[in-house]
Amino acid sequence: MLTISKRQRDAMIATCVRALPDEGCGLLVGSNDGVVDEVVPSENVAHSAKLYEIDSKLLLRTFRQAEDNGKEVIGVFHSHTHSDAYPSPTDVVQAPDPAWHYLLLSLRLVPTVLRSYAIVDGVINEEEVVVEEA
Amino acid sequence: MAITVRIPTVLRPATGGAATLLGNGATIGEVLGKISADFPALKPQLFNDDGTLHRFLNVYVNDDDVRYLGGVDAPVGPNDDVTLLPAVAGGALS
Repeated sequence: MLTISKRQRDAMIATCVRALPDEGCGLLVGSNDGVVDEVVPSENVAHSAKLYEIDSKLLLRTFRQAEDNGKEVIGVFHSHTHSDAYPSPTDVVQAPDPAWHYLLLSLRLVPTVLRSYAIVDGVINEEEVVVEEA
Repeated sequence: MAITVRIPTVLRPATGGAATLLGNGATIGEVLGKISADFPALKPQLFNDDGTLHRFLNVYVNDDDVRYLGGVDAPVGPNDDVTLLPAVAGGALS
């Protein structure tokens, strides 16, 4: 289960809309119970409508800051601009961490569809996303 | 002089759970080559068959991504800190 706030959800949607026509992306920092404390938007350094890659310097900085604050990088979000919020074969092959939450936003339809998955050894399992008011 | 190499969680199964390793060498290629000689399961996760760094791996010397420092030829010194992180990337159905 992944828990985010409305404000965090809106920040992710805004990041992905701003990135158009490219995919948007960013990191999720939180605790290992799946509660997100911070959404960290990244530039999509792949600059592509079909691929995303988190900026490598931001990645290092975010890992270090999370560690300093007793937190963890617990996942990543990215948008699919013209397809559903479901992991693509590329997403599955490149999913680095079985403990991570892979949050996908589909901008294909309005309103934005947001879904989250665990990807373990190539197997995709959807998980519940709780959006809290605060 | 030993160089500290920080191992991300996702690669720790290949290092027997170690979060940091000590390496030595004058370049990133030498340092990572030596630690993958100690932990052979690391090698395919660090290097391509042609000896270049794996596409889905980010390697940093201190704060700098080695892609911009010459890749495997990036110089390292005794007080440098090497960090490995998985590249975070993917994409939509084509």
